[in-house]
Amino acid sequence: MRWLPGRGYHEAEAERGVSVRETPLTEWHRQHGAKMMEFGGFLMPIEYGGGIIQEHQAVRGDVGMFDVSHMGEFAASGAGAATFLDELVTNKPSDLGVGQALYTPMCYPDGGTVDDLLVYRLASDKFLLVVNAGNLDKDWEWIMRQAQGREHLELQNQSQEMGLIALQGPKAEPLLQTLTAVTLADLPYYHARQGRVGDAEVLISRTGYTGEDGFELYLNAGDTVGVWERLASLGARPVGLGARDTLRLEARLPLYDHELTAEITPLEAGLGLFIKWDKDHFIGKESLASQKADGLKRRLVGLEVSGGIARAGYGVRPREGGEAIGFVTSGTKSPTLDKAIALALVDPAFAKVGTELAVEVRGRSIPAVVVKTPFYRKPVKADN
Amino acid sequence: MRFPDDLKYTEDHEWLSPAGRVGITDYAQDALGDVVFVELPEVGTAVKAGDSVGVIESVKSVSDLYSPAGGTVARVNEKLREQPELVNQDPFGEGWVFELEDVEPGPVMSAEEYQAKVESE
Repeated sequence: MRWLPGRGYHEAEAERGVSVRETPLTEWHRQHGAKMMEFGGFLMPIEYGGGIIQEHQAVRGDVGMFDVSHMGEFAASGAGAATFLDELVTNKPSDLGVGQALYTPMCYPDGGTVDDLLVYRLASDKFLLVVNAGNLDKDWEWIMRQAQGREHLELQNQSQEMGLIALQGPKAEPLLQTLTAVTLADLPYYHARQGRVGDAEVLISRTGYTGEDGFELYLNAGDTVGVWERLASLGARPVGLGARDTLRLEARLPLYDHELTAEITPLEAGLGLFIKWDKDHFIGKESLASQKADGLKRRLVGLEVSGGIARAGYGVRPREGGEAIGFVTSGTKSPTLDKAIALALVDPAFAKVGTELAVEVRGRSIPAVVVKTPFYRKPVKADN
Repeated sequence: MRFPDDLKYTEDHEWLSPAGRVGITDYAQDALGDVVFVELPEVGTAVKAGDSVGVIESVKSVSDLYSPAGGTVARVNEKLREQPELVNQDPFGEGWVFELEDVEPGPVMSAEEYQAKVESE
């Protein structure tokens, strides 16, 4: 056994002179037995003691809650905000109704991905952008640069002032309903409403990153611990980033730095649905359009792997041998399926469901087969 | 956390029994979290103390397994192929990993020394 026992990334980062940020809940996690690790520049809980698999199952079968306060929040407001955002990202925020949200990639001119984010329309001229923690500073600089010389546009980085709790799972709605007067049954997927949760003023959003129904609660940093403890007292199980990763992977939701990077375009990652070609201009449009016209050189596929676990960066080959035809972007043992699953970026000639491939694991080749994704889809509710 | 007295321990958080049986410690399984895959050494392989002989994967990490002593791999815990979680459930018993014969001792610690090391980390 060799890893860095008892020595979290926290210390390692500190030694390198990199400051690690904390969320309003970091101290709570420490006091409640969480294993902590640096993620995206923040000290975050990986799991709380019962193990990642139990936490994963709590979200699939009951209700779990995640501290995702490390995510960044930027406000964009003013009469020019909608037009600006339409040019900044590939999806079309100007189409949003007030109280609605969308998921979108944000690209460089060459089509590579700066980040993937959520955009909320809070009022006709007021938007909230939610970005990945690890990209927070980079995104802010990028957006500020694009905004230079723009009129009727105000940008504000609110990341420090905001906390964010994700409450996810089939029991999320009944649990949250006991704490709010907002009728949650009337809040559709990818919609958000301002309301009170307990005593706290919260933007209640029906979104998530687990493949289950659930909510994301945007609130003042100072209210975060109080709401978290109320949710815990009502039975929401704290879940760390370990299970957040297995949950999102089963649901085939991309993770920046894995399925999306500055070198991977949203088209390659299978996110074409979130590119709106009818817009006159957006950053990356020309490059993405020609990539689409020329045909993709690689595509993201789902793999089911046997005899080992495929991890990010492992090479993928045809089953009968030969040169690498791609690489794994994320892989784990799926707690729901009890099988090793992975996402891989491969040559489109090998992307068909059923194609037999092999993954290079520490000098050995283990069998893999291309399967349909998502690996997991939540059961449809009987009353729908 | 348990530190059985009858075992020897290594810097790499493995244990070695007087009979040549090898596994990872309670501390190690706790630090790793849910173990989901164990790559076992091959029976008959001759190893030196410190050789990398296998891999233990948890949901979140991949860790090399080292041989705490020299010798020949005589047996491996076949149960771990189907039930890797035994490493978490019973690290000093049902969750053993492999067994050496013709053991040539490497650098090891007593239970007391190992416990002191772990507690200082």
